[in-house]
Amino acid sequence: MAERFYRAAAAESLRIVPLDDFTVIFHRPSGLTHLVTAPAPQILAALSEEPLTRSALMARLGETFELGDASTEALDARLAELVATGLVEAA
Amino acid sequence: MRHVFHVRIGPVGFRIGSDWRGPVAELERLYAGYPQPADGIPDFTVRLFAARPWRRWLRPAVTLGGDFVLPDAAPLPLAQGLLAAEMAMNLQMALGQRRYLLLHASAVERDGRAVLMTGLSGAGKSTLAALLAARGWRLMGDEFALIDPATGLVHAFPRLVSLKNAAIGAVGAALPRARFGPLLAGTPKGDIRHLVPDAEAVARMDRPAAPALILFPRFGFDAAERGLGPSEVFVRLTQASTNYVALGERGFAAMTRLVGKVPARAIDYPDAESGIAQVETLWNAL
Repeated sequence: MAERFYRAAAAESLRIVPLDDFTVIFHRPSGLTHLVTAPAPQILAALSEEPLTRSALMARLGETFELGDASTEALDARLAELVATGLVEAA
Repeated sequence: MRHVFHVRIGPVGFRIGSDWRGPVAELERLYAGYPQPADGIPDFTVRLFAARPWRRWLRPAVTLGGDFVLPDAAPLPLAQGLLAAEMAMNLQMALGQRRYLLLHASAVERDGRAVLMTGLSGAGKSTLAALLAARGWRLMGDEFALIDPATGLVHAFPRLVSLKNAAIGAVGAALPRARFGPLLAGTPKGDIRHLVPDAEAVARMDRPAAPALILFPRFGFDAAERGLGPSEVFVRLTQASTNYVALGERGFAAMTRLVGKVPARAIDYPDAESGIAQVETLWNAL
């Protein structure tokens, strides 16, 4: 089966404000505010450039972060959360 | 309604109707120096009424009504009619205000810049604001600070200052010539007495100020303080706002601007004197 692609919600639907270790994101379609920390903003940034598969996303993030096995699991969890909130769409 | 009172507090106009003369007479006396709603049109209407006709006379009980109501709010005895009016006015603001981002905070101003103080009930935000006003600060409000999303400025809402329990004596001693409402003993929040904001607070209530310091006071602890990062302030202030969600993106923009620009400290203080000194010290260090 072909790998799924993920992409960030359209840039015009988000308002992203980094505060400190945390970033607040206003999601216009839902009217909800999300308070996120690394690696969520980095995932969003990577997926806003172009749709990526999970493994391509891991590779992209691996260019800037040290990713061990544990962080791969954590990344999966963060990605799932972003999909659940609508900040990331699974294509 | 039989008895009606109009008042403007900061930018917000109220019409208060009552089945009884008593609460309206108290409001007329305590809000004597305040203006009428702009253009004669109130933003909110409050009604103090008897849920059953005989309750106007027989153990009279004041039920709260208005544009916005809580369905299960218990009626108050007529002797606490002033408290009922204040609670109902606060409720209209908390549930109905859409023009400003509403923070459950007291605010005082000096040189065009404001200190916002927010915290849980009992944190002392009303007491600190009243005592700072006694020392030359301009009282902007003890309950709600109104942030204009367009400008980021804080607008005053100097309603009667609600003093509870021990604060009644402390503020009375600090402001011997101030005007107070009747002592309301045994209310659901304990003893309450309202302080009338001084003439300067009313005369200058239409003048907004730039927020310069956000404080999270806690009363009854050894003196301590710590700085708070923007994200912690963001979370605390959204919890202290009654209309953040209702304002949507305007609220988000106003809140991120506020927490991004204005320094914030949590302060613990053992008594009012120490609290005032801590606020003054932090202010002077800005």
